[in-house]
Amino acid sequence: MSLLTEFAQRDRVFDFLTPSESPVDVRHGPILYLEDVNVSFDGFRAINNLSLTIDDGELRCIIGPNGAGKTTMMDIITGKTRPDSGSVWFGSRHNLLMKSEPYIASLGIGRKFQKPTVFEALTVFENLELAMAANKKVFPTLTAKMTGEARDRIDEVLATIGLAELRERPAGILSHGQKQWLEIGMLLMQKPRLLLVDEPVAGMTEQEMERTAELLISLAGKQSVVVVEHDMGFIRSIARKVTVLHQGSVLAEGTMDQVSNDPEVIKVYLGEEA
Amino acid sequence: MHNMKYWWARPFYERSTQLFLGILFAALAVVTILHVALPEGHALYVSSYTVTLLGKYLCYALLAVAVDLVWGYLGILSLGHGAFFALGGYAMGMYLMRQIGDRGTYGDPVLPDFMVFLNWDSLPWYWWGFDMAWFAFAMVLLAPGLLALVFGFLAFRSRVTGVYLSIITQALTFALMLAFFRNEMGFGGNNGLTDFKNLLGFNLRTDATRFGLFIATGIALAIGYIVCRAIVGSKLGRVSIACRDAEARTRFLGYRVERVQLFVFVVSAMLAGVAGALYVPQVGIINPGEFSPIFSIEIVVWVALGGRATLYGAVIGAILVNYAKTVFTGVMPDAWLFALGGLFVLVTVFLPQGIAGLLRQRRKRSDDDESPTDAPAKEASA
Repeated sequence: MSLLTEFAQRDRVFDFLTPSESPVDVRHGPILYLEDVNVSFDGFRAINNLSLTIDDGELRCIIGPNGAGKTTMMDIITGKTRPDSGSVWFGSRHNLLMKSEPYIASLGIGRKFQKPTVFEALTVFENLELAMAANKKVFPTLTAKMTGEARDRIDEVLATIGLAELRERPAGILSHGQKQWLEIGMLLMQKPRLLLVDEPVAGMTEQEMERTAELLISLAGKQSVVVVEHDMGFIRSIARKVTVLHQGSVLAEGTMDQVSNDPEVIKVYLGEEA
Repeated sequence: MHNMKYWWARPFYERSTQLFLGILFAALAVVTILHVALPEGHALYVSSYTVTLLGKYLCYALLAVAVDLVWGYLGILSLGHGAFFALGGYAMGMYLMRQIGDRGTYGDPVLPDFMVFLNWDSLPWYWWGFDMAWFAFAMVLLAPGLLALVFGFLAFRSRVTGVYLSIITQALTFALMLAFFRNEMGFGGNNGLTDFKNLLGFNLRTDATRFGLFIATGIALAIGYIVCRAIVGSKLGRVSIACRDAEARTRFLGYRVERVQLFVFVVSAMLAGVAGALYVPQVGIINPGEFSPIFSIEIVVWVALGGRATLYGAVIGAILVNYAKTVFTGVMPDAWLFALGGLFVLVTVFLPQGIAGLLRQRRKRSDDDESPTDAPAKEASA
């Protein structure tokens, strides 16, 4: 009998027996784990033996010159690009390399694009409604009803991103900065474990940048946040740990001060700006 | 407005839908009165010929609504919806052929005339069951639906969209036209199916049956419109708009874009099939000409003229263009295609939102259930 019980519990031994909807397992530390990832496009090695770990609840900034592979790295994590080799794990249970984009999104990885993409024909409220964590299959979506709970959640996010007054306006009329916030709000509606944010302050005014910094800092801890950014001032204002990418692999990692004093980093990147 | 007890009941609470249904039923009532109550020869008498003509326009209107559902709300420009219309028509045509029984020229109790003519000795398997109305009517929905399901599954799974999809849909309808032209296919070759006698026991040549078909088409249009409104007013409708405007973004939100596209495409194909099935008994013939690529393009022109992503615009466009076609082809047949082309160019340049856009400007956001933002943000998907 005990043998049978043990046999019945084999799902603990064989991971593939666990339902794949199982929560993200972060007991062993990192929420995101990339090892020896390689991608090349027509012979150009966009990602070159990249290894990187992000801890649960961390706010990580990733910098690097153009073509360093920052966006490609995000493409790999979200399932848009398949690497030639290497492994990518979300928690210690989900191998992301086998999964489709919607599936990865449903696991709890949210992504904000470089260019803000919101649904311009829909209202701010509707944008958030569509992003909300829910059963996103066709028929449940067809019959979905707005519950009070969902409305509260949307109101809460609207307040967080400061767009409460524009809720019934089409997203197309928002300013560039407001669209960026709306997109971050859409990520929050998905209740992600990991947020990938690509150049959140591109084209923002100083004030908008400050607000964005506050927003991202307030998110870290509850979620893990990975920010890719060019703007050094902005990075300095939010960063705890910075990773420098260069030619598709990690060049340096540490606090902003450590990184900006690294001679290699100064040579390839900061030298141009500082 | 976001909260109703039943998702499918939502359209009945929308002012735009109430208005549409009101106008539609009022128009049906007016035609009924002018046709039934007035004596023949009265100045306002609506003849049986006109009733059938109007019924034909209503079929086209339903077809246009189906196209608007996929083009306006999902951004899929189908240039092959004529194929679904024709398949629905053929399903109905096959039923009507079997209803002829032994009253055909050759008097064969089972085989339609063209099969006797081809020296066939038995009914091909795909004609089995079409003597039963329920089976044939189910096929009116299933045949176009199944084609759309298979075609859409393959196309959307491979993420074929935009111009490429439009070209493939043209190829689809063209290929079907060539296939149906062949006598060996068993659908009557280039003559198609015709010489119908009865539908559900009613004689198709009587005025009463023709009038009944007109009313049935009006009701089908109303139901089709409500179905489409229920879809576009639901969360799925907003997801469709999201797929149309930013497909990649929608995918990253966790929606299976290809399944949304497939669902809406199949519903649209079925509506087109119903339109075809109602069209055939009214015009008395179905032949492979309905599969012609030009017809499918014409449908798109109706929708563009009426105004995309409004549904009622598609109805207005279909009726107006076909009325104009009737008038024009009567007066100067050669000029019709030039007139249609010219009209299309004028509307594209001066009225990018179509006639519906003009109406909307006039009304100036008087109600909020028909939000003006339904319309595409940019003219990119065409």
